[in-house]
Amino acid sequence: MDRPTVTKRGVSGPPLVIVLLAAVGLAVFVVPLFGLLVQTPWGGLARLLSSDVVLDAIRLSLVSSIAATVISAVVGVPLAWLLARVDFPGRALVRGLVLLPLVLPPVVGGAALLFALGRRGVVGEPLYEMTGLVLPFSTWGVILAATFVSMPFLVITVEGALNSLDRRYEGAAASLGAKRGAVLRRITLPLIRPSLVAGLVLAWARALGEFGATITFAGNLQGRTQTLPLAVFVALESDRDTAIALSLLMVVISLTVLVVLRSRWWRPS
Amino acid sequence: MSGLEARVHVERSAQFRLDVELTIPEGRTVALLGPNGAGKSTAVATLAGLTPLQAGHIKLDGRVLDDPAAARFVPPEERQIGVVFQDYVLFPHLTVAENVAFGLRSGGSTRAEVKSEVVRWLDRFGLGDLAVARPPDLSGGQAQQVALARALITEPKMLLLDEPLAALDVTTRAQLRHELIDHLEGFSGPRLLITHDPTEAFLLADEIYIIEGGRITQVGSADDIRIRPRTSYIADLAGSNLLVGSAAAGIVMVEGFELLVGDTHISGPVLATVHPRAISVHRRHPEGSPRNTWQTEILRIEHYGDRVRLRTGDPLPLTAEVTPVAAEALALSAGSKVWISVKATEIGVEAD
Repeated sequence: MDRPTVTKRGVSGPPLVIVLLAAVGLAVFVVPLFGLLVQTPWGGLARLLSSDVVLDAIRLSLVSSIAATVISAVVGVPLAWLLARVDFPGRALVRGLVLLPLVLPPVVGGAALLFALGRRGVVGEPLYEMTGLVLPFSTWGVILAATFVSMPFLVITVEGALNSLDRRYEGAAASLGAKRGAVLRRITLPLIRPSLVAGLVLAWARALGEFGATITFAGNLQGRTQTLPLAVFVALESDRDTAIALSLLMVVISLTVLVVLRSRWWRPS
Repeated sequence: MSGLEARVHVERSAQFRLDVELTIPEGRTVALLGPNGAGKSTAVATLAGLTPLQAGHIKLDGRVLDDPAAARFVPPEERQIGVVFQDYVLFPHLTVAENVAFGLRSGGSTRAEVKSEVVRWLDRFGLGDLAVARPPDLSGGQAQQVALARALITEPKMLLLDEPLAALDVTTRAQLRHELIDHLEGFSGPRLLITHDPTEAFLLADEIYIIEGGRITQVGSADDIRIRPRTSYIADLAGSNLLVGSAAAGIVMVEGFELLVGDTHISGPVLATVHPRAISVHRRHPEGSPRNTWQTEILRIEHYGDRVRLRTGDPLPLTAEVTPVAAEALALSAGSKVWISVKATEIGVEAD
């Protein structure tokens, strides 16, 4: 056999088995979407999506998912920093606790939130007596449930980025006179920005899709706690066309955000 | 006293233990020369305050920076020690100008002051055209200049250079070595150069500390180290003769003396190295010998272990090494007249 043929065979493309298995993998994502598109009542879409129930759900979903992402960023980044940088006793346990919502069924998370923060809950009762604040069955409850399930995505992504960051950048900044806060602001955070953005997007996407913990802890009240996934769930039983329209809407919102963010900031470096 | 006084003790495991004492007066350059894994970078990290001492002390211009026994530790941002890190560690998300400005911005200078200082320093290093370039787009030599400017602009009290020339190709290295000598001379505080390259240590430092396995095994000038190497590592790696000269057509001129070398292509300023064991010593004019042959006198003779080191005199002073048996057979002593020969191919030549 002469040499050029061998070379050509060597670069002739990926093995067939891998391509076939990958195609099956892709089908898992594409087939449900296809089903949704086929069933969509395209003509009545505008009317279906402008009903009060739908508009309320859209507003609530956007508000609660964005609020949950902001809260996750404010408290999750410091948590990730501590986990990555400080060797405190019980760190492995804390890391496990933070990641628990990733594997816990959301309905269990919702129930736990209810036992802790419900009006008769361990924390909820004193909270109510002191401030009059009631979390369950309120928009704050929706936000809390969304934060509970979404923050782990941010923490795990940011902690990973901090662990793989060359510590000498921070050392160089300190040797140039930068205090710890300035090092964090001017060096650490900018250097992990791709991971930070990725973590925020993942957290936001998870918050937007949150269902189980929300319905358990916050209930299903239109305009107050009924987010898009909850509205889809209700509509499936009564108004199939609305359910499909809402589902399509969620697909479009999520896909748009993921594609736009990915092309702008979230480039694999 | 002004300058650096330090005893650095760090024990990381049974295998890794660093215990060295360093004294660097103002305006002097000390090289910490040793193989990889000897603890050089750990020494840098402790002096810069990035790794705390476990025992010992660090004192700079009389101010205690680290002293575990007295529970004193000055954090890195308050030490005023300029560091040029190995591989330079430029901030990849900032431009060259922003990298150089970083230290001044941390120091609380106004925006206008920072800007004019940065322009001045960029010009001084010939980096004016690269102000808005990003570190990944720089050549190794440019990155080194940025790192040096970034460290010097804050006017630190001491300068630490961790392998400042190691990441460069041969040609750039020679050029930047000369520039580095100028920059070091322009800096008034103590300077510590970390290197694994004896040539660099000999050319840049006033005094050389040799570190092996976390300990200092010898301190002295280049000549001290060549004539009296205390360990076999020092004899093998740090003991070479280093000659500064200029090359043309296979001949290197060293202070009026002609040496034939194997490399016939190189020309211009060069550094020639000759290992002491590559030098043959004879009582009579050797026959059929290499053409680099001359007569001289033994100035000093030092016995250590299973080797004997000789310092020869004019016309080209060198350090040679022979076995004790040979020294005895040739009846060598200070004042003996001998013939020296060196094969052209045993002389290493690189651009200076």
